[in-house]
Amino acid sequence: MSAPVLETEGLTRRFGGFVAVDQVSFTLAAGARHALIGPNGAGKTTFVNLLTGALAASAGRIRLLGEDVTALPQHQRIKRGLARTFQINQLFGELSPLESVSLAIAEREGLTARWWKPLSAHAGIAAEARELLDQLRMPAADMTAPASDLPYGRQRLLEIALALALKPRILLLDEPAAGVPPGESREVLDSIAALPREVAVLLIEHDMDLVFRFAERITVLAQGAVLAEGAPAAIAADPRVKEAYLGEAAHG
Amino acid sequence: MSTPLRLALQALFWGGWASAYVLLPEYLPLLAQIAVVALFVLSLDLLVGYAGFVTLGHAAFFGVGAYAAGILAQQGWGEPLSGLLFGAAVAALVGLVTAPLVLRGGDLTGIMVTLGIAMMLYEAANRMAWLTGGADGLQGVEMWPILGIWRFDLFGRTAFVYSLLVLFLLFLLARLIVASPFGLALRGIKGNRRRMEALGTPVKARLIAVYTLSAAYAGVAGALLAQTTQFVSLDVLDFHRSADALLMLVLGGMGALYGAMIGAILFMVAHHTLSELTPQFWQFWIGIALIALAIAGKGGLLGLARRALARLPRR
Amino acid sequence: MLTVLIDGVASGMLLFVLACGLSVTLGLMNFVNLAHGAFGMAGGYLCVVLLNQHGVPFLPAVVAAALFAAALGFVLERTLYAHLYGRDHLDQVLFSIGLVFVMSAVVDWLMGARQQLITLPAWLQGRWDFGFVTVGVYRAFLIAICGAIVLALHLGLVRTRFGARLRAAVDDGVVARGLGIPVNRIFGVTFALGSGLAGLGGALGVEVLGLDPTFPLKYMVYFLIVVAVGGANTIVGPFLAALLLGVVDVAGKYYVPQVGAFVIYTAMVVLLLLRPHGLLAKASAR
Repeated sequence: MSAPVLETEGLTRRFGGFVAVDQVSFTLAAGARHALIGPNGAGKTTFVNLLTGALAASAGRIRLLGEDVTALPQHQRIKRGLARTFQINQLFGELSPLESVSLAIAEREGLTARWWKPLSAHAGIAAEARELLDQLRMPAADMTAPASDLPYGRQRLLEIALALALKPRILLLDEPAAGVPPGESREVLDSIAALPREVAVLLIEHDMDLVFRFAERITVLAQGAVLAEGAPAAIAADPRVKEAYLGEAAHG
Repeated sequence: MSTPLRLALQALFWGGWASAYVLLPEYLPLLAQIAVVALFVLSLDLLVGYAGFVTLGHAAFFGVGAYAAGILAQQGWGEPLSGLLFGAAVAALVGLVTAPLVLRGGDLTGIMVTLGIAMMLYEAANRMAWLTGGADGLQGVEMWPILGIWRFDLFGRTAFVYSLLVLFLLFLLARLIVASPFGLALRGIKGNRRRMEALGTPVKARLIAVYTLSAAYAGVAGALLAQTTQFVSLDVLDFHRSADALLMLVLGGMGALYGAMIGAILFMVAHHTLSELTPQFWQFWIGIALIALAIAGKGGLLGLARRALARLPRR
Repeated sequence: MLTVLIDGVASGMLLFVLACGLSVTLGLMNFVNLAHGAFGMAGGYLCVVLLNQHGVPFLPAVVAAALFAAALGFVLERTLYAHLYGRDHLDQVLFSIGLVFVMSAVVDWLMGARQQLITLPAWLQGRWDFGFVTVGVYRAFLIAICGAIVLALHLGLVRTRFGARLRAAVDDGVVARGLGIPVNRIFGVTFALGSGLAGLGGALGVEVLGLDPTFPLKYMVYFLIVVAVGGANTIVGPFLAALLLGVVDVAGKYYVPQVGAFVIYTAMVVLLLLRPHGLLAKASAR
């Protein structure tokens, strides 16, 4: 079995007296199709923020491709092969999808410090951007419109495109299907299914259909701590998991 | 907008301005000053319009550049081009040093720190009269001829060509920079900082870079002012200068370079034609303009013109 | 030295009364209101006009100033400010600077640019001599009045229902709305209250801080320091910040006059650097 691409050891995050993520030890295998589920407020997004470095850990360690990155700032972790999508689209409102993806590619290639040559002179970036958007089945007409003009489903596709443009080794998808109207979700779901096998994917989702179709391994988070972890069938049968969700339903 | 049309408009812009040398000889000093202000607003555009970083204290760099170039000349070195470089360098240094301070904390804190720093510098210049001439202003600024040939004359002819040329060259550089990957990254930072961080951009480093660049540009503008008017007053560091520049930028349209210059031209021309009005009247209308622009929203005049042009029937 | 300290405390408390409205505005609506000082100026000028031109006694004039500023704040908030909620900081900054320019220009045109002078009523003039320290009567008055206001604000915030709703709205506007708290209406009232207090401070401050059309911009930095360092969630934070600032300012002007206002601006930059998240520092960091 190959080494895990991402591991955490006792990862904890406190906000004053409130413990959002509680001693989470987690392993993401190479090429994984791993889902992270749990009731609302379980700490899933906080966990992702800790992984990327958007939030600093209160305690614990994070290892990325074998390297301890706990102290590294976000941009250095990203450069080492990590990418994420956000639960609520984080797009560049005024830039078009082509420009946005080109920006992501330029950043990946380390070109954004260069001010002396126009972007257009860097051959291949625009072509790569177009190809990626094509693969995600974004219509050509939408590629040059300002991102804020696109329908929500296409915006979600762009969100995924931005992460894929980085050619990551590890992809963290935070509720990619969230908020997408049923008519537009097909492309989003297909793009997730079509993710390259070499990329390890951690999927946070509430949509259980999607989770069970996609995941080969599931981790359940409740109140910031790992409640259960294992193969989908085991998780589906686990009474503690049912209680965590039902418990929420009783209050919710 | 189609490319031939775009090129024609740009040629008209620069050609028209340059032709004033022949057509409007009595206005050359004013037009030189407009070029200086246009450069200052251009510097602000790089920071506010492209990187999305609001500052209330940009006059700090304008003033630092002005005093640096002025003092250099006053102390005996009156060579203009190196004076410009010196002004730019000093302003850039101040920018580089203060950028981490300004970027600490959130947006609101940053805005206030820029304000605080500008006011600190104003007070410092006021108090250090032995260096800056204080409230009386810096006198004895004597400039040597440019490249040994062109003397600064009383009619402002040399000043005009000098200022316009510097503006044009720095504009070309700015245009190159904003079209580069760095420029696109700036727009990304303005669009969504969080996203840029998730793309692996060292956002803080980029902002420090553009802040320093913008400071250098403002420093050149200040130095130009000192050299062409051969005088520096405290007014170069005044809050009004920062506020007026923001107004000019929003008026003309942010994030387009030309908008910055057009806004500057319109403002300065309006100021000149209305200058016989009492100062309170002028400040009143500036205030109204700011309120109206703020409520009306983005794009300024350039945005308005673009939208109007977009509605024209295509060939 | 004790005299300087007392003067500083009086100055600081006055500053607090002037600035506390801004603290709530920034904390509640995340709105950069650089025109806050203009309401102080408006109150100050009304007080001066009533005192000098209409012979109105001091205390009624001050109260009238506060009411006037509150009314002005209420009207402007409903008609102009409301357009700019949720807009980005640049728009808000431009708007509030524009408002300052307009109000300063109007004041300059109506009343001229020179410093406004008033004569305090006899019972507020003079100094009390305690032997080891002399205390200006007006300074003592300021401390008493402002102290009472601080207490009233604290009790109002902590003991009344309005106060509770306000604190909830400042803490998390989205949740507060979800709970049925009319956040916008609360803000309207609070803005008027804050402007009224600013007007009160402006009127009380004519004797101590001076008054001319440059008042809003000149003191903007002070207000911003109070708010930035003190935070928006409590009364205590801005109060302590204002006291500190008042003492530093008065002491600076007394002991190192040649440096002047440089001290304050340096203090602002330093304080902001030490507490960069002081402005929006809610319990949970981002």
